[in-house]
Amino acid sequence: MTPTTTTPDRPRSYSSPLPSPRPHLGHALASEWTKLISIRSTLWTLGALVLTVVGVGMLFVSQTSDRDYESISFTTPALFGLMVGQVAVMVLGVLTISSEHATGLVRTTFTAAPDRFRVLTAKYLVFSVTAFTVTALSVFVVGIAASLAHGGAAAGAHTADEWLGAAAGCLYVTLLGVLALAIGALVRHSAGAIAVMLGVVTLPPVLGAMLIVWEAVAPIGREILQRNVPVALSQLFGMQEGGDLGAAPSNFSNVLILVLITGATVAASYVMVGRRDV
Amino acid sequence: MIELDGLTKRFGAKTAVDNLSFQVKPGLVTGFLGPNGAGKSTTMRMMLDLDNPTSGAVRIYGKRYRELREPLKHVGALLDAKAMHGGRSAYNNLLCLAQSNGIPQRRVAEVLDLVGLAPVARKKSKGFSLGMGQRLGIASALLGDPQILMFDEPVNGLDPEGILWIRNLMKGLAAEGRTIFVSSHLMSEMALTADHLIVIGQGRLLADTSMADFIHQNSRSFVRMRSPQLEQLKDVLHEAGIAPVGVPDGGALEIDGVGAEQLGELAARHRIVLHELSPQRASLEEAFMRMTADSVEYHAHAPGAPGAAIDNPARPADVPAWGAGFDAADSTRKGGR
Repeated sequence: MTPTTTTPDRPRSYSSPLPSPRPHLGHALASEWTKLISIRSTLWTLGALVLTVVGVGMLFVSQTSDRDYESISFTTPALFGLMVGQVAVMVLGVLTISSEHATGLVRTTFTAAPDRFRVLTAKYLVFSVTAFTVTALSVFVVGIAASLAHGGAAAGAHTADEWLGAAAGCLYVTLLGVLALAIGALVRHSAGAIAVMLGVVTLPPVLGAMLIVWEAVAPIGREILQRNVPVALSQLFGMQEGGDLGAAPSNFSNVLILVLITGATVAASYVMVGRRDV
Repeated sequence: MIELDGLTKRFGAKTAVDNLSFQVKPGLVTGFLGPNGAGKSTTMRMMLDLDNPTSGAVRIYGKRYRELREPLKHVGALLDAKAMHGGRSAYNNLLCLAQSNGIPQRRVAEVLDLVGLAPVARKKSKGFSLGMGQRLGIASALLGDPQILMFDEPVNGLDPEGILWIRNLMKGLAAEGRTIFVSSHLMSEMALTADHLIVIGQGRLLADTSMADFIHQNSRSFVRMRSPQLEQLKDVLHEAGIAPVGVPDGGALEIDGVGAEQLGELAARHRIVLHELSPQRASLEEAFMRMTADSVEYHAHAPGAPGAAIDNPARPADVPAWGAGFDAADSTRKGGR
């Protein structure tokens, strides 16, 4: 065993020749973009979104006639695929952060970028822009195809409002994805966060239907039935819910509710990520 | 320069790190030694601001880690080589780290070349062997060409060639004037690489000393005697006022503080046949184990009294019993060398 002893002529400091710009949000965005495009799950989830929205949408367009569009929007065909495709957006939102916790990568990430808020902000921005772009492109491909194929006189009058509604619908799905990312940041567990998000989407219609039967809480049940995710999304895509529930709430109020819930959860995610041991 | 000042971390009722204060000086390899569960990794996570200390503080060049402007240029750390996304290629794993600090892309190829992973740069890191993963982790630590390097058990699970590679790498990095802080639970490994030694047990500081001092103070020497006339030999030693310190097995005696020459002459005077008369030196591994024996978190309760291995420093053959029960990979490696 030969012990190493301190050599007196050894330099006591080291200076790197590498350039060292002060890191800012732009660097974090570039890093998160690389992360997003360099894993297979992004391709799978976004691919599934495009395939279901465009696939189911085109099938619907091909099986309908001009007359069918009298009562629905040209963007309505995109809705059916999006009902399934929104799950893919939520899964990608969760994975954006939970995969880092699952692999332990989050420690490497926060060592390289100790400003955790900057990392989290970059994640929210990169994810939401990507999710909105891909969703909107798929929806508008279907909508434009429908308007080109069935834009005859029999389809009746169509206004720009339905395109705005569809854009708001894409925003709505993106918000669900952002909510999923926030839940992922709070729960730090892929399966758990995805389960929570599936609950958010699928439980309210069931719960509303149960409550409406019970006299005392029937008004609450009615409110839930009119404002849950599938109903709000249908409405944004020009499907007016029939039935005896009374006047439907406005699109604006539906989006606002999701904005508030998502905003609160995102705020909580900042507090927790900033404070927690990783 | 890293300074720890009264660093404490409690998880509920359990104190993982207990009022730890020491300095890591620049231009040296500082070994951070302690048995498994001593709080080494927790301490390192707190140094990087990943975990919040319950009390106390860590300063790196006078600042908190979070306050460092270009963290990767100041500190490169390998905490856990598996902390990479397996679905991403080695190149992309490093690229996203480089981008987050504005490090030029060519540096990624440079460090991959440096650690010998250039041929597999585009391969997914989940297919990497333990040694390749460790090299990738080291590449990520070197990415910012930092002044301070922190390695948490870098030789864990490596083959002898990989261990030699890391040993030389660390020496080379220190020779360039960098600060190296490396944790290990293997004293023998530290003896070969470290200039300075910090030993902790159950989160408490047990020693903060230069390697040379530690060796000087802890290399106990003794003489082993073996004889077919064991009882006669014992009587003779007793009469001469010499008490054997250890009686291991097979009729051997261990005598501390008396030279082999004197013992040999003593035996010759009484016409006792000796089969062995050999000066021995206890290894540093044994000194380390004696130091931490009281603070080992998880003793292996193997049949055959594991305590004996610690109390009796003269039997290196028993060494793997320490901790062997919960970390098979470690003990295999220890036995293999």
